[in-house]
Amino acid sequence: MSTHDHSSLAAIRPDFAAIASWIPQGASVLDLGCGDGSLLRYLQDARGVRGYGVEISDLNIVTCIQNGVNVIQGDLESGLSGFETDAFDYVVLSQTLQAMRNTEDLMQEILRVGRAGIVSFPNFGYWKNRLCVLRGNMPVSEDLPYQWYDTPNVHLCTLHDFEAFCHGHKVHILERRVMTGDSEVRLLPNLLGSTAVYRFKREA
Amino acid sequence: MLPHYDLVYETYGALNADKSNAVLVCHALSGHHHVAGYYADDPKNVGWWDTMIGPGKPIDTDKFFVIGLNNLGGCHGSSGPSSINPATGKPYGASFPVVTVEDWVESQARLADRLGIKQFAAVMGGSLGGMQALQWSLSYPARVRHVLAIACAPHLSAQNIAFNDVARNAILTDPDFHGGNYYEHGVVPTRGLRLARMLGHITYLSDDAMADKFGRALRSGKLGYSYDIEFEIESYLRYQGDKFASYFDANTYLLMTKALDYFDPAREYNDDLNRAFAAARANFLVLSFTTDWRFSPERSRAIVKALLHNRLNVSYGEITSNHGHDSFLMQHEHYHAVMRAYFARIAGEFSA
Repeated sequence: MSTHDHSSLAAIRPDFAAIASWIPQGASVLDLGCGDGSLLRYLQDARGVRGYGVEISDLNIVTCIQNGVNVIQGDLESGLSGFETDAFDYVVLSQTLQAMRNTEDLMQEILRVGRAGIVSFPNFGYWKNRLCVLRGNMPVSEDLPYQWYDTPNVHLCTLHDFEAFCHGHKVHILERRVMTGDSEVRLLPNLLGSTAVYRFKREA
Repeated sequence: MLPHYDLVYETYGALNADKSNAVLVCHALSGHHHVAGYYADDPKNVGWWDTMIGPGKPIDTDKFFVIGLNNLGGCHGSSGPSSINPATGKPYGASFPVVTVEDWVESQARLADRLGIKQFAAVMGGSLGGMQALQWSLSYPARVRHVLAIACAPHLSAQNIAFNDVARNAILTDPDFHGGNYYEHGVVPTRGLRLARMLGHITYLSDDAMADKFGRALRSGKLGYSYDIEFEIESYLRYQGDKFASYFDANTYLLMTKALDYFDPAREYNDDLNRAFAAARANFLVLSFTTDWRFSPERSRAIVKALLHNRLNVSYGEITSNHGHDSFLMQHEHYHAVMRAYFARIAGEFSA
């Protein structure tokens, strides 16, 4: 069984460290697009969470089971109808928002099923991305490792875009962490941050 | 109702010192105790789930002690309608009581008692076998750590019951049925039984699988304009029907289909499956197959939803396969990888 300590996990996926720091001991967590289950595995070991992942890929189903993580095979695009309202303390969507077609529906579903949501995504407003576009090319980087013709990212956005979206969709942002690599960015985050993580809930 | 009964079972692998590595395999409609391997004097008689169970296989009998049994009411050695009723010296026939999934679990628990197994590492099965595995988690929550329900449903749909009833009617209306006491007349309701099996078989396959395998292929290559066998699919179905009718007992078929129809753990909870699973404590693996229209993925997802409601550990896989309901018996790389991974996880929980 693989176990991650906090620092090695953060090295693999910087947003995981922020997500983990927000989730309290013993919380219930639904991880949408959970991949191989490493975030849930970490949260189970370090936080004692009761967790479930949702994954579409056959290969990841096997890996999640090997990792000792509960996983439900399903397609996020068809919603979260298999999950009850307010079933989880946190619903997490890490580095997947930008690849969803039905972004608006999924954000509403996250806040139906979870009492709070956590979302991370690559910041399209990061200066390196802007520079690429300024030079006349779509950005290809560690955070956006695809060519324009094979990218699954159909809904890229900047921090400003996401915050405006939340404002317009009754999503109340509780906390934000912006990072480049594994260091936190406080100054000019929409320009200097490559990844953003948000914690939010329904507007009262 | 029955003063006593026999259960025939087979075991594979060795029970460990603290008896924590036992796996019970429950069979479906036409299954039996011969789950894996073959007999020294009958090498062609390979167990019905031999692809899944054996040394080095997904359910590794070098690690697990696997038990297969023939359910009560069966026709492969356990007491059933074709067994001799000691009180009369004649086969039970129609007087053999109707048994339910709950009864089976009860009798399986008695078998576990005999073998000194207090808690199964896993109880598993496909289709009707999956229903027994689910029932284990409700009847004996403390006696099963993992439940694997494959190609299963929380209860049969009206369409499913309808198929079963047509199958039963084929048997019940066969002139050789004699109200279930055909043994005394020295006959077998072969026509009814083979029709029942032909119908069942259609529903276990997918439209695509049948199209792939047979299409509209003709046996003789040309149309004969008669009611003889012309299309390959007709030949296949009749062969399957004849084969089945030559060894399976019609009363057992009736009994098994009724057990399927009756299974409905939510019934006593106002049809609330969430409440039905409130007693369960096991960890679950639920698997369905994309082309299974008899026990469709939606039915498995309903089970998962109830397990999630009760905050139970559950994983769910939807296996892409074109073999319909029968997929659960087939060799399939991903399906077997999932099973292998899950059983490796179970094996990590006990010491050899």
